[in-house]
Amino acid sequence: MIKQFLMNLLLSFIWVALTGSMYYTNFLFGFLLGFFILWVMNRNEVDQRYFYRVPKTISFLFFFFYQMIIANLQVAYDVITPKYFFKPGIVKYRMDAKSDFEINLLSTFISLTPGTLILDVSDDKKILYIHVMYLHDKQKFMTELKNNVERKLLEILR
Amino acid sequence: MTDIIIAVLSTIGALAILFASIGILRMPDFYLRLSVTVKAATLGVGLLLLCAAIVFPDVSVTTKTIAIAFFLMLTAPVAAHMIGRVAYITGIKVWKGTIMDELEGMYDEETHELKGTGTHDDSSSQDEPLKK
Repeated sequence: MIKQFLMNLLLSFIWVALTGSMYYTNFLFGFLLGFFILWVMNRNEVDQRYFYRVPKTISFLFFFFYQMIIANLQVAYDVITPKYFFKPGIVKYRMDAKSDFEINLLSTFISLTPGTLILDVSDDKKILYIHVMYLHDKQKFMTELKNNVERKLLEILR
Repeated sequence: MTDIIIAVLSTIGALAILFASIGILRMPDFYLRLSVTVKAATLGVGLLLLCAAIVFPDVSVTTKTIAIAFFLMLTAPVAAHMIGRVAYITGIKVWKGTIMDELEGMYDEETHELKGTGTHDDSSSQDEPLKK
């Protein structure tokens, strides 16, 4: 996994050195080229996780930006119209993330999507307390968070 | 073409920061204010930085904007978490429209330790609405 990532970086640096232009687009193109070469080389290997993880990471990033923009629009609409639409609440969320790094990424993601904010993590690292702005249906919110965010994140990390 | 992209992105960024500052004035309680401010400001500053990266097609500028955006995204949620935690511990009241508060009574008064699953039976308090 980490070996393949370093190999990919090495290939993209070789590409940058050979073409001689230090731009991000060139680096990205070299990275994609290296990714393709590594994929062709490792097609018969058993460990294919790296080649699933890179596209998943990219799609997760796009999903994150999409969520951020959509929810920001909702909050902005609520701020400028005179009536309050929100139903705030503090909910308990039992998470599957175990290590500190996973909890950190999960809580960063939750805090950066508008409408939700981490208030605290319990001392045994099992429960997140989340302040939610639009808590119309608690069960729906929990299953959406579990299926859309946490499962995708843990698929990438583990 | 790039002019249009820059105009659109910087307008959205500035509007996000504007809405965040209006939100500070209009929101009814502390947690909602915090909730509105942190993210909208992050989005706004991130978009303005992206515009700066597009305007100056220079490696040094781009690396700096990426570094600033990265550290902003890394630190803003941590700061919001700490501010929110301290606010809850010092006893700032939630808004009267809050429909549930499952954090209530979970802190140890003396040590501020937060109880997890072990000591508290959470199946009974799961769907209990907040009584005010």
